[in-house]
Amino acid sequence: MTGLNTIGRSSLRDDADIPASASKASTHTSLVAHRLKPLRGIQPGLVLSWSVMAVVVLWALFPQWFTSYSATVGVARQQLRAPSAEHWLGTDALGRDLLARIIYGAGNSLSGALVAVGVGLVVGTTLGIVAGSARGRIDVAIMRCVDVLLSIPQLLLSLSIVILLGFGIVNAAIAVGITSIASFARLARSEVVRVRASDYVEAAFGSGGTFSRVLLRHILPNSLTSVIAFAALQLGWAILTISTLGFLGYGAPPPTPEWGLLIAEGRNYLARAWWLTTVPGVVVILVVLSANRISQSFGKARA
Amino acid sequence: MSGYVIGRIGQAALVLWAAFTVSFVLLQALPGDAILIKFLNPELGLGPEQIADIRTSYGADSPLVVQYVHTALNFLTGNFGYSIHAGVPVGDLILANLPQTLWLGTLGFLLSLVLAITFAALSVLSPFSWLRSFIQSIPALFISTPVFWLGILLIQIFSFQLRLIPIINPGPWQALILPVLTLAVPISAPLAQILMRNIDHVLTEPFVAVARAKGASHRWVLWKHVAKNAVLPTLTIAGILFGELLAGAVVTEAVFGLNGLGGLTQRSVNDQDIAVLQAIVVFSAAAFVLINLTVDLLYPVFDPRLRVRQGAAA
Amino acid sequence: MTTTINIKPVSTDVSNLPVLEISKLTVGYLGNEALQRVVHEVSLVVRPGEVVALVGESGSGKTTMAQAVIGLLAENGRLEAGAVRLNGADIAGWSQKQLDTIRGSKITLIPQDPTSSLNPVKTIGAQVAEVLQIHRQGSRAEIDERVIKLLALVGLSQPELRAKQYPHELSGGMRQRVLIAIAVALRPALIIADEPTSALDVTVQKRILDLIDELRREYGTAVLLVTHDLGVAADRANHTVVLKGGRIQEEGPTAEVLASPRSDYTRKLLADAPSLGKTRPASRKRSPRLVGRDDAVVVKNLVQDFAVGRRDVFRAVDNVSFTVRRGTTHAIVGESGSGKTTTARSIVGFLKPTTGRILVDGIDVTSLRGENLRRFRKTIQLVYQNPFTSLDPRQTIFQIIEEPLLNFGSLPREDRARKVQAILERVGLPQSVLTRRPHALSGGQLQRVAIARALVLDPQVLVLDEAVSALDVTVQAQILTLLDELQRALELTYLFISHDLAVVRQISDTVSVLHNGRQVDIGPVEDVFQRPGSAYTRELISAIPGQRNGNQYSFP
Repeated sequence: MTGLNTIGRSSLRDDADIPASASKASTHTSLVAHRLKPLRGIQPGLVLSWSVMAVVVLWALFPQWFTSYSATVGVARQQLRAPSAEHWLGTDALGRDLLARIIYGAGNSLSGALVAVGVGLVVGTTLGIVAGSARGRIDVAIMRCVDVLLSIPQLLLSLSIVILLGFGIVNAAIAVGITSIASFARLARSEVVRVRASDYVEAAFGSGGTFSRVLLRHILPNSLTSVIAFAALQLGWAILTISTLGFLGYGAPPPTPEWGLLIAEGRNYLARAWWLTTVPGVVVILVVLSANRISQSFGKARA
Repeated sequence: MSGYVIGRIGQAALVLWAAFTVSFVLLQALPGDAILIKFLNPELGLGPEQIADIRTSYGADSPLVVQYVHTALNFLTGNFGYSIHAGVPVGDLILANLPQTLWLGTLGFLLSLVLAITFAALSVLSPFSWLRSFIQSIPALFISTPVFWLGILLIQIFSFQLRLIPIINPGPWQALILPVLTLAVPISAPLAQILMRNIDHVLTEPFVAVARAKGASHRWVLWKHVAKNAVLPTLTIAGILFGELLAGAVVTEAVFGLNGLGGLTQRSVNDQDIAVLQAIVVFSAAAFVLINLTVDLLYPVFDPRLRVRQGAAA
Repeated sequence: MTTTINIKPVSTDVSNLPVLEISKLTVGYLGNEALQRVVHEVSLVVRPGEVVALVGESGSGKTTMAQAVIGLLAENGRLEAGAVRLNGADIAGWSQKQLDTIRGSKITLIPQDPTSSLNPVKTIGAQVAEVLQIHRQGSRAEIDERVIKLLALVGLSQPELRAKQYPHELSGGMRQRVLIAIAVALRPALIIADEPTSALDVTVQKRILDLIDELRREYGTAVLLVTHDLGVAADRANHTVVLKGGRIQEEGPTAEVLASPRSDYTRKLLADAPSLGKTRPASRKRSPRLVGRDDAVVVKNLVQDFAVGRRDVFRAVDNVSFTVRRGTTHAIVGESGSGKTTTARSIVGFLKPTTGRILVDGIDVTSLRGENLRRFRKTIQLVYQNPFTSLDPRQTIFQIIEEPLLNFGSLPREDRARKVQAILERVGLPQSVLTRRPHALSGGQLQRVAIARALVLDPQVLVLDEAVSALDVTVQAQILTLLDELQRALELTYLFISHDLAVVRQISDTVSVLHNGRQVDIGPVEDVFQRPGSAYTRELISAIPGQRNGNQYSFP
């Protein structure tokens, strides 16, 4: 029979020398060296990801800084031009500059994703925290509802909500957000339950902490790190899903520049204008990859 | 044992009933009226009384509770109502569109399995760490790729540039190649990632070191110890994978203009054909619940650790 | 039972060539920046039939040595220099493929943690059979037959049944027996036992070590015994090598190393090891001034049930009673599953007892609820086993120690800071740690922080739940000294929960021995040690390592 305490005993003595020596080395270096460490270990992928996100955010906020063309009004006799010095990424069937449409589209795609993640984060995390800290019947009730939400495939659920709310980019974003409530709730609950079971939370109660104080001082800060990392991951996913709804025609109505819609419109000119579909897709991939990479770095910081 | 099974089946039925209720609330109880959209069309020249008659014939005027019970009973007897747009029973529509999607889904799923296992095997067998991290980063790229864009890209490359697959009148198999590929690639990515993560995790387990200390080669350890322990946990995401597969089918069929459940879903949304969409939602929720139920009941067969708990519950 | 120490004279006899000869072995790990060396030019020799103990604290490089010998270093591990000669052949430069031919047959491993060292989805029989299959030992039927014999050999009852069972159906001790069966299956020349018993209870530990001894004598196998416990080395090894920071501090025949250690470090290790300690304070006699007249803790007929499933009830604590005088230390001793931790948690008010009474400082704990319970927490504080999990990783040390003060009352900011600084000094930590976070401190420092947090409210009673069990012995000795000082200075009452009888004997005045939830012995600590009242207590005492081979104390 080995009990919990005996297992803990052996693991703590860390007889495997690798982690012990590694961690000891870092504890004995001075605080200054500790701060310098991230600088020394620059990860090119992560830097690139943050730069991509920064550029896209700037596109969304100040599109006029990056292009002089209009996103919605085409230039006569400039239809379906291949990429050139004049139009870096070519033009579409109405003579609109593709780069301009992508830059102006960043605002729609990004704000849509933010709305979606916001809905999922706020509603889902609240539900998860309530379930995890209340336990008992409230917990069971909330988590059963979450199970039901999970049982309907996400795309079908968002389509049902889009039918209810009507087409449009905000509605599509809300629909996407509602479908992610379940996963946010599950994660938040499991994190709260995990942190609640930790010794330091019990110790906080043991030193006279009230429930609300322990919740605010220990449970929430320690649970939310991974929720934030998940939100970053969901940002990428939301951009993908919103562009899918846009492609199917349930998002922004034409002529609004939206990345999914751009690809859908370019479909009719596959043989003549490859750039109309290829380039917006590459932009979506870059942004989603960056969001995922950033989320991953949050997750690592916690561990 | 049987008590556990019955309890688990009851739980599944409950979730399914709740899913039906959610779809009813979303699609029927809340405003948005497909009948009006279709029959108010001035070209049909129908008067208000005639529309009212049609509404009664669809049962749209009765109180919500009556509609709810009515619809629920109908679903139980396999009557999914009438498509407002096509004017035929929803059951027939689904049956007509199901084979195409079944083919697409099954082949796509199998291909995604092959892809995922290939990636996992390549990464674990690669002799250099740079090669391993390169292989491990490919699924991350796949996950970030929009399905519809991938389909379009494949058409562009294989049909327009290389002219390997004709767009007009392809053979029945030729017509499936690109859609199956489009569907499989994004599904394989999360599978491959989970497999790789599990393998890496199992390789650090002390029992692997013990097996090496017995004199087992790396390959022997991978086959006899790591494989089963790494594959088992992926069973638990089977239900979610089904949802992904269905979503992928909707998009893939839209890109390639195929007539399957996905195409039907898209048309039902376009036409606000609520009976069809609701049937599809309930249908897929049922499949999801059934898959999870099967996994739950089968898991103890593969994992001896769960057998005891199950026995205790009986 | 005694082992004969047979330190054979070094001879040129061929049959007496060393089984293992490590010379100037240097091992390092590739980190992000550079290669970090953890073993520096270590040499040692293991002769046939001999047990050589490799003793060291965490970070000493002993496990790395063991892994290097069997060729199973972590992926970033590098064997930089030196030779590992097995029966004369240098295997240090061998490829994994070459090593596969000798691992399991010539050189085998008994791992540290039996719970995770067996594949959970394969049967016991299949895992024992595997080593025979890998080395092609006969037909399937022959192998099956040998598996049953091996399981019987290591003392497992009903070997046919065990062979069909899965690891989770066996206890930790039984699993370690299975791993030993695997290790001895092909009669290897050398077994590397890497902390083979540190995850096991002390009575199980003794039986497992006895088994290894027996098999070694029968087969003439040599054993390289890696351990943190000098007591285990004293009992079991002919030859002892003391390692610190990857360098040999001392080596020689075990009896010599113990009797007349040459290095300061070995002397310190010896003095700090509770089971061997020669500097152990004579029995604790308290000045009457310190020992109060009243009882700080009274536990009467405590019963604690837990629901198992819907109907079944598990009785974790069954009718336990004891009293603790103010200013003294009462120990609760038991192995895992004895109910000692449950008892502690009931006393601090984390569990509501099923029946029974608990008085702390005259307050009936069992009737407390809500705000009264919260107020009560000022009088009694708990220190946990593992400081890495009992301190919030996101808080600074200052915030951690300050928090209890914020929970109670209205002390102004400067007073709080002063109090935190004072208590920090009291537990022997520099003020500079206040701005750090837990991950930047060592285990011993963190346990001091945990004690500071517990003391900042000026409690009457401190419950120490295995509070020194996770620490290296030198650190453990420091913390025990600190606890002793604090008790004298602050007139504290301690409730000391532990599995380690040697430590208990050193620190406590009175003791309760728990076994399966029942109290099988109680009384002043020397009385219980000299005249144990139950067979179980006797077994526990005789299982303390470090008593064999005529070591300092023997029990009647």
